[in-house]
Amino acid sequence: MSLQFLLDGVIAGSMIGLGAIGVTLTYSILRFSNFAHGDFMAWGAYAALAVVGALGGSTALKPLSFGLPLLVALVVAMALTALLALVLDWLLFARLRARGQSIIVVMASFGASMALRSLLEFIFTSRPTYFSRAIQMATPLGLGIKITADQVALLLLTLVLVVGMHLFMAHSQRGREMRAYSQNPALAKVVGIDVAAVVRATWVIGAALACASGVMVGVLVQIRPLMGLSLLLPMFAAAILGGIGSVRGAVLGGLIIGLSEAAAVQFVGAEWRQAVAFVILMAVLLIRPIGLFGVAER
Amino acid sequence: MIDLLGYGAFFLSTALIFGLIALGLNLQWGLTGLFNVGIAGFVAIGAYSSAILTSPDTPDRIGGFGWPIVAGWLAAALITAGAAAFTGYATLRLKADYLAITTFGVAVVVQLVALNAQGLTGGPFGVAFIPRPFASVQDQAVLFNFANLGVIAVVTLAAYLALERLSRSPWGRVLRALREDERAAIALGKSAQSYRIQAFAVGGAVMGLAGAVQAHFIGFIAPDNYLPTLTFQVWAMLMVGGSGSNRGALLGSIVVWAIWVGSGTVTASLVPQDWQARAASLQIVAIGVMLCLILLWRPQGFFGPRRRQ
Amino acid sequence: MILQVKGLIAGYEPGLSIVKGASIHAAEGEIVVILGPNGAGKSSLIKAIAGLVPVTGGQVLLDGRDITAVPAHLMVRQGLAFVPQTENIFPLMTVEENLRVSGGILPRSGVSPRIAEMYEAFPDLARQRALMAGSLSGGQRQMLAVARALIVRPRVLMLDEPSAGLSPKLVAQVFAQLQEIRSRGLTIVLVEQNARAALAIGDRAYVLVEGREAHEGKAKTLWDDPIIAELYLGHRRAS
Repeated sequence: MSLQFLLDGVIAGSMIGLGAIGVTLTYSILRFSNFAHGDFMAWGAYAALAVVGALGGSTALKPLSFGLPLLVALVVAMALTALLALVLDWLLFARLRARGQSIIVVMASFGASMALRSLLEFIFTSRPTYFSRAIQMATPLGLGIKITADQVALLLLTLVLVVGMHLFMAHSQRGREMRAYSQNPALAKVVGIDVAAVVRATWVIGAALACASGVMVGVLVQIRPLMGLSLLLPMFAAAILGGIGSVRGAVLGGLIIGLSEAAAVQFVGAEWRQAVAFVILMAVLLIRPIGLFGVAER
Repeated sequence: MIDLLGYGAFFLSTALIFGLIALGLNLQWGLTGLFNVGIAGFVAIGAYSSAILTSPDTPDRIGGFGWPIVAGWLAAALITAGAAAFTGYATLRLKADYLAITTFGVAVVVQLVALNAQGLTGGPFGVAFIPRPFASVQDQAVLFNFANLGVIAVVTLAAYLALERLSRSPWGRVLRALREDERAAIALGKSAQSYRIQAFAVGGAVMGLAGAVQAHFIGFIAPDNYLPTLTFQVWAMLMVGGSGSNRGALLGSIVVWAIWVGSGTVTASLVPQDWQARAASLQIVAIGVMLCLILLWRPQGFFGPRRRQ
Repeated sequence: MILQVKGLIAGYEPGLSIVKGASIHAAEGEIVVILGPNGAGKSSLIKAIAGLVPVTGGQVLLDGRDITAVPAHLMVRQGLAFVPQTENIFPLMTVEENLRVSGGILPRSGVSPRIAEMYEAFPDLARQRALMAGSLSGGQRQMLAVARALIVRPRVLMLDEPSAGLSPKLVAQVFAQLQEIRSRGLTIVLVEQNARAALAIGDRAYVLVEGREAHEGKAKTLWDDPIIAELYLGHRRAS
């Protein structure tokens, strides 16, 4: 039996995990589940596509399918997606948050998600598109597993982003402030933490990582307006499985869900892949709702 | 002229079915404050339940039970109530957002089952030959449309009156108290959770019934009928009408459906062929933006009685 | 006069003020105690001074500057630190992280030396620097909360019932610590239920009734005043 599905699962899990970091931070700091988070992914991928198009030239760094333009585009797109999130917060979420009913904010994110996604369909149509149509050679690793250069590069990128994120949360002052604010918003004010800056940082980080995840999906699979929506349930499930507020939990949860999905594709059938996240979500909610690294609410 | 009348009846029938779904949502959200993002899934459960129980036997698919239409409708309501009750049981002791995420998941999974469990749902081809009320007059379009409108109107009216009574009953007062006073909810503890599960299940039953009524009105269902757009539309209807008000839910449904159909007709006639799909997505953008604007500026909606602050 | 509060009116809901025109002051290096029956608005008064309860009237001056409208998170920059009664530490962060996150307004290079100073003043905390703050005992939590407030070198330290929930022995420890802090020139404003312990270390005291100060006096005199003792301090003199 080929163990290829393990690698596929790790790759899918990395993308889910990157997205789930934003979900878990938004939930623990801004206190709502953001249904528009998947659309940050899609917008990020399309933004990168637009920047690549504007930069022109297809100077792929062999054996990768992409070159410097995509890396530049990734950075620019991450900034643009962060900007989108900040604008959305300023126009919509901040105003509703101030009224204090978090479920209304969830509903607004739901409306925003629909508008954002359909706006992509309007601009780019629902037809899938690609960063590159080049066929890549896969190198055998043994045990029936083959890996492409793109996959290696993007797994490394994920590793860099996740480690960077961990260091930021653990050792930077802003990271500490974000954790402090998620534990006790009132006390955070008393000790002099600038809440507005914490909120901004949360949006910027969540959106930028969602964008990175979206670009990865775009490179390895395809770009389409619905790409974020179809990853929304796995991202929520990963964040809850990992324990809300926990960055390492979100990443681990993403990997578990990615691997389970790949196993389901291998042993049950590809058409049931999307049900995996739901089954895991229900199991977590019924058995251990605080997740792997979660802490009981006071 | 006759055509127009027939179309009017058809339009109103569809709008009232949406109204029925919105009534179910109003019980869940307007009265109890439970956020359901998986409306399409619950409607589909009702539609498929009744369709499978009443449609004739087909090779490759379970069926041929030959139940009468009304029995199918009741079963649809019961089965959907069960699904909603389980969803509520799993999530309502947790944070409010978990219910939203789970209902979203329910819709995803129902869509998957509809598409892939061919032996149960017929897969992408759906279920056909669902018995229609007054099938004997099917070739007289106007009469048929009006007869069906009559049935749908009676079902909707019955649901409306029942929900009005429920919301004024002691049961309804408890739900309202739970929504408005978190301390009361905490004081009630476990039984607060049970009240919420009941409300979610009854709301789900109404949605399932609406799905069944629609399935029998059209005579044919397929997974495409139950995409997330349906959920968005019903939310827009309730928010326009005014959440908390059953009358608002019905009026909002008619108005939003009129806007939806109207804007669709206008774009179809004005926009060139190859831009039609794009124009359709712009329609959805408009609903999303409208939902956000209502939340920002007119959270009480337009047709409901003014709620005291 | 380092802290001056003039006719402060404050409350959570408009038209429903809890603090109804309270005026208090504190001189440099003084320990001022605020006493009063339950529901008198003691806690709301210092929360309003700290910017945590909306103020609808009156004035708060810190060293002559008007800080009435300063948002809560900027109060530490003005030199005013506050220790809430409960939930006054971040339970899922280590002791050291609690101190570090509270030192945000210090220059970056100044944080670690300042934490070292805190460890010197609170040796218990130094031993437990790597522990999760949530696992500390009640007395140690209170110490951490005080250290956390002091790290930014405030000029005025306000505490909301630091003795609540502590054993008499720990209360004595915490209050001894407060005296020690005052001896270094800090001004302390203390809201307390435990009148005996608070008046024992206080210089001056106010008795707050229905959102206003009803009596003011030297801590020692107030303790000996039989009418006040009976009315508000909840103890009756035998003699």
